[in-house]
Amino acid sequence: MEYKPVRKVVSGNYAAAYAVKHARVEVVAAYPITPQTSIIEKIAEFIANGEIDNIQYVPVESEHSAMAASIGASATGARAFTATSAQGLALMHEMLHWAAGARLPIVMVDVNRAMAPPWSVWDDQTDSLSQRDTGWMQFYAENNQEVYDGVLMAFKIAETVNLPAMVIESAFILSHTYDVVEMIPQELVDEFLPPRKPLYTLTDFDNPISVGALGTPNDYYEFRYKLAKAMEDAKKVIHEVGKEFGERFGRDYSQMIELYRTEDADFVFMGMGSLMGTVKQAVDVLREEGYKVGAAKVRWFRPFPSEELYELAKDVQAIAVLDRNFSFGQEGILFNEAKGVLYNTDAKPLMKNYIVGLGGRDFTVNDVRKIAENMKAIIDKGELDVEVDWYHLKR
Amino acid sequence: MNTLFGEKKEGATKIVLKSVDEYPEAPVSLGTTLSNFTGDWRTFIPVIDDDKCVKCYICWKFCPEPAIFIREDGYVGVDYDYCKGCGICANECPTKAITMEKEEK
Ligand code: SF4
Ligand code: SF4
Repeated sequence: MEYKPVRKVVSGNYAAAYAVKHARVEVVAAYPITPQTSIIEKIAEFIANGEIDNIQYVPVESEHSAMAASIGASATGARAFTATSAQGLALMHEMLHWAAGARLPIVMVDVNRAMAPPWSVWDDQTDSLSQRDTGWMQFYAENNQEVYDGVLMAFKIAETVNLPAMVIESAFILSHTYDVVEMIPQELVDEFLPPRKPLYTLTDFDNPISVGALGTPNDYYEFRYKLAKAMEDAKKVIHEVGKEFGERFGRDYSQMIELYRTEDADFVFMGMGSLMGTVKQAVDVLREEGYKVGAAKVRWFRPFPSEELYELAKDVQAIAVLDRNFSFGQEGILFNEAKGVLYNTDAKPLMKNYIVGLGGRDFTVNDVRKIAENMKAIIDKGELDVEVDWYHLKR
Repeated sequence: MNTLFGEKKEGATKIVLKSVDEYPEAPVSLGTTLSNFTGDWRTFIPVIDDDKCVKCYICWKFCPEPAIFIREDGYVGVDYDYCKGCGICANECPTKAITMEKEEK
């Protein structure tokens, strides 16, 4: 069958819901939280209208239960999905470790939202990045199309390496903003994403097993190693699945870091998620103005694309890391990771951290220009002014 | 036969995983622990009196390990590699067919 996309104007949340439908998810367990709610409302609507069959929707009483139910469903071999945001994701935290430790390929959409207090429903990446060490893969979507594509790819990758995956989109900037999304006809999604093959079966009643069994000091260590290795192996799978997606549907995701006009760039802006759309637009404007700049959009934060970062860092004088998140007592989380990766390499670009857009503060093309001016001054001088710049601060 | 682990012997499951490659991908097991035996933890041991047993299998259902298995003659046996001596079976048995006795080691 020839690929002819079906174009729909949808919000990021609806893009996620359509992807869940097309992925033939079997169990959705979810609790509503702004700004995630319309994802699960849309899925519920699909079910009510009879547009999806062979799916169980489990309305639960909290996010902790949503993840617990997803774990149960996934352990039986079902394709399971949930979605959340901010405090809801934090409430799931304990269960996130369970999902990864038990090697269950659950896919979840997290709508990035700032952690309270102050109470906020706006965009901020600290909620998902706080889950960094749970063993979940993390894909940051730049736009609604990437939300849709990301969910489909996440299932394929997760079910290949047996690790759960989070697809992350920005609160309101994507979740509630409508845009054209090219959707893939069901038969072609089915070809790309065949039914899941679980590691074990729970319904072989003659051979019952315990899931998430007790690992004494004699065994625990080996399982951690296996999980670490699965994350490492996931890089190759991400590359292959991203490439296959490109070959089938025309959008290539083979690179974990998407490079934009970096070939001859003196310095690049690096960041994740929707803010990189603004940055790419700014790069075009700045190039017109004579700046030799590029953008490096980190698509996958876990596993971390160390090798690709090294290749990029070798060729540029400086990297401005834009973090819509913060690790208190230290610095922006992406900045911290990127510097760590490069420490034992020969690549030593100047690296500066800009804390931007926390709690939904607007981040515009003009902001990128100001950062570019600052970066240029730093490079000319050959040294940093400050390492971590609270760029928007009212002074 | 469960293929995730080595051979399951009669009544007991002896698994010793020597290298990381022998481990299953996910931490699932036949008992509640992966390779060591919760039977090592026991101070008291359940002793079953077949004459009192009415084959209700309540003990089988309640054993948390699960160390109770159903023998070919329909009575219940205990996998002592996994029985941790918690006494739940003895507590739940409606006919008091199970008694917990101090184990001599
Ligand atoms: S003592 Fe506990 S572990 Fe042992 S057979 Fe009875 S219920 Fe099971
Ligand atoms: S609970 Fe008691 S009576 Fe029932 S099967 Fe077990 S030993 Fe027999």
